[in-house]
Amino acid sequence: MAANHPEKLSTTLADANLQLAIYAGTGRLIDHRKNAIAGDLLPDYEDLRTHANLLKKHTIDNLDYYLEQVEQNVAAHGGKVVFCNDGTEVADFILNLAKQRGAKLIVKSKSMTTEELDLNERLEHHDLEAVETDLGEYIIQLAGVKPYHIVAPALHMTRYDVADIFTDKLGIEREVVPEKQTMIARAVLRQKFLAADIGITGANFVVADSGAVVVVENEGNARLTSSAPKIHIAVAGIEKLIPRAQDLSVFLKLLGRSATGQALTSYTSFLSGPRRQGEVDGPEEFYLILVDNGRTKLLADPDRRQSLYCIRCGACLNHCPVYRKIGGHSYPWVYSGPIGAVITPQFHGVGKDPWLPFASSLCGACAEVCPVKIDIPKLLLDLRADVTAHKKEQGESKMERFAFQVFAWVMRHPRVYALGGRVAAAFGPKGGEWLSSAPWFLNVAPVRGWLSQRDLPPPAAKSFRQIWRER
Amino acid sequence: MSNRASLFVTCIVDQLFPNVGVSMAAVLERIGWAIDFNPAQTCCGQPAFNSGYRAEARSVALHFLDVFRDAEYIVVPSGSCTSMITHHFSELFAAEPARLEEVRSLEKRVWEFSRFLLEVAKVEGVGASYGCVATYHDSCHALRELKIKSGPRLLLSKVKGLELREMEIAEECCGFGGTFSVKFAEVSGGMARTKIESIQKTGADVVVSIDSSCLMQLQGALHRAKLPVRTMHLAELLASR
Amino acid sequence: MSPQETSRNAMLSRIRTALGRREGQLPPPLPEIYLRPSRPNLSTFFACIERLNGKTFKAGSPAEALAYVAALVKGKSAVASNSTVLRDCGIAALEEVTCAGADKTVLRALCAESDIGISSADFGLADTGTLVMLSSHQEPRMISLLPPLHIAIIPENRIIGNLDELLTLLPAPVEQTSSMVLITGPSRTGDIEQILVRGVHGPGELHVVVI
Repeated sequence: MAANHPEKLSTTLADANLQLAIYAGTGRLIDHRKNAIAGDLLPDYEDLRTHANLLKKHTIDNLDYYLEQVEQNVAAHGGKVVFCNDGTEVADFILNLAKQRGAKLIVKSKSMTTEELDLNERLEHHDLEAVETDLGEYIIQLAGVKPYHIVAPALHMTRYDVADIFTDKLGIEREVVPEKQTMIARAVLRQKFLAADIGITGANFVVADSGAVVVVENEGNARLTSSAPKIHIAVAGIEKLIPRAQDLSVFLKLLGRSATGQALTSYTSFLSGPRRQGEVDGPEEFYLILVDNGRTKLLADPDRRQSLYCIRCGACLNHCPVYRKIGGHSYPWVYSGPIGAVITPQFHGVGKDPWLPFASSLCGACAEVCPVKIDIPKLLLDLRADVTAHKKEQGESKMERFAFQVFAWVMRHPRVYALGGRVAAAFGPKGGEWLSSAPWFLNVAPVRGWLSQRDLPPPAAKSFRQIWRER
Repeated sequence: MSNRASLFVTCIVDQLFPNVGVSMAAVLERIGWAIDFNPAQTCCGQPAFNSGYRAEARSVALHFLDVFRDAEYIVVPSGSCTSMITHHFSELFAAEPARLEEVRSLEKRVWEFSRFLLEVAKVEGVGASYGCVATYHDSCHALRELKIKSGPRLLLSKVKGLELREMEIAEECCGFGGTFSVKFAEVSGGMARTKIESIQKTGADVVVSIDSSCLMQLQGALHRAKLPVRTMHLAELLASR
Repeated sequence: MSPQETSRNAMLSRIRTALGRREGQLPPPLPEIYLRPSRPNLSTFFACIERLNGKTFKAGSPAEALAYVAALVKGKSAVASNSTVLRDCGIAALEEVTCAGADKTVLRALCAESDIGISSADFGLADTGTLVMLSSHQEPRMISLLPPLHIAIIPENRIIGNLDELLTLLPAPVEQTSSMVLITGPSRTGDIEQILVRGVHGPGELHVVVI
């Protein structure tokens, strides 16, 4: 292959069981979404998308205002907002707090932001035990791998994989029935919840006018994480803000349906600060950590800003024919699929994984299903232009650039174009033969690439322009 | 209305699938349109644009603007190339107001073939006849950028002897994607195989599309898999009688 | 200035520069609030809960509710909230039932050991079969969370249409509570091969009684 993408891509494609798991897993999520917005179940679906897009645009365009607003409102309810530039600052804050409070055990509920920050690894270095409690996250934490999918972290694993991991890591007898595996995890994690000193959640939304975080889940682990320990820390990217509590309806109606086809997930928690006077339970301290980690780099360009509208529903992954072939671990960062291909190069610079924006057929299925209407194909095209510009600066890909310069020159010179086409055809196989492997005179990368997968029909005897001229 | 159509015979059609161009011209003439073909035309520039070479794409687009300056109706046998012109040329000239105005005028004059038949020529039946079981592949840019979905099916339904059977994943990408098909050949090939599995399930003997590039991908994969399913551009079917 | 304040100020100033905004500059008017309240419908409420494998019961009187709960808790251990709705039904007086009290530690141990948690609910959202629970001195968070079975008792006049109606009635939940939870069906997961398993961390069984 021409591009220097990871080998994982090829190994994923060659693994028949994995291919089946990804295709079937994403296929089910596609069906669930489709059924949830079908017919008159959500007649104003398009209006909701438009409105969600407008709200996100407004919030991101005025982000500093809403950040200050949420900071004030969290403080008003006895919590504290902590702004962190990166993972180091987040880890430092948590470590420091843990030290002051004598905390040893942390329970965590699913959060892509903390995955992005490698928070668990950072905490473990300091003898703090941080346990993931979402079943899928727990499994992949035991396995020592990154999430395969934004909403279904263990999408690529079978019950037999889980059985192996549980036997190996928990020292229990092999169990292959998912119901029983789930109950094993419940029992182990229940003890962790009750013993934990700190609970760390993510936030699907941070509500500026309320100073609240909203956490959406199905298992109940986020409720336990935020309510059982004495300290609740919510970690969120600065883009998670929405202006008003009343805006939640728009987003909640879209999020569950786009992600798993649920009108509302089993639990939606609207949490604002530590427990109030008179309330029987709930945490005694509440911190909201708002993280940049590269996000502010996306703000300068009004077009690129929309990358930050993402509500992490995962619909673009499920509908992406490329994701469905290469799977989540072929992507260089924790964010996979189309949205990963859009945000990773912007966070890390286009020089780091230059192949990424090109790993798309630009089919547009992602934009079609995006609940907040992010124009992902356009962003991919813009990033492609960034990559070629970057390579030019670096003096890389000179042959490719030359080829496109020749292409453009030929296309401005119709006679050369017509002649060139006929010369190329003359080199093709004769006598109506199909080509299935490259002959020596066509042994170039693009032809080899094409023929590695498909045959090439015999060239046309005459071009259209010849036929037209002769008629 | 002048009833004169200028063909833009895309480079893929011109060089690899000339019969698609011939068929398109035949259908248009059959329904009473005079045809112009300006041999100075070449390509829409999409390969360079999609590969991130904006300056190169822009220079090809300028050539296109020149060639079709005076054409009233430009008819294109491709959703993807149509979309390049109507949806992306403007991005190439975003900072050039005068050029942008030219592009805006051009956008209104460019018609994908099936849409031209239905919305400009206002015909549904063109007297075509072809006995086969066909399944229609929605090409991505036609479907998602041009919002072409029912039109080609309507035209197919008027073809005598043709039975249309929908495949399960008609809207899923065939995996072509221009240079994607060679840069990420394994992925592209995998996508094509998923697609032809769905095509095969319909029992169709012909796959129809309005984009020759998708058809080249499917045809190559079908041939590699030794499956007896043919690929035909909508224009070729409509020209049959 | 503390390092935290330095980070904060640096971040805000980066954002303002990127967005071309001045400190303290007000945003333009917000997009209109988009809420489409719907009418409550008890049969929809029940149908939604049942579709999620929850159980429903329409009690004609508090006595009927009590009988339903009594049958469920028979031979089991149960913890009930201090809600007046439960007290009015006589649920608190059932032999198997222990009341929540006001001590957090005691309550948590109780909830962790009980087979059943019994609570009220502040609202029911008919369109999605959702219970709305506001944490308070009467309603702790843990009763609806730790025991494997959750029974919620709700007066019929608390059933409203949808989330939009809830946010119309309650535009600022933070003024009332630190925790508002929307419960839609039992706890569930699909993380292993997307096979639906109920009762992962929260209750696997849910009974909703409307009086």
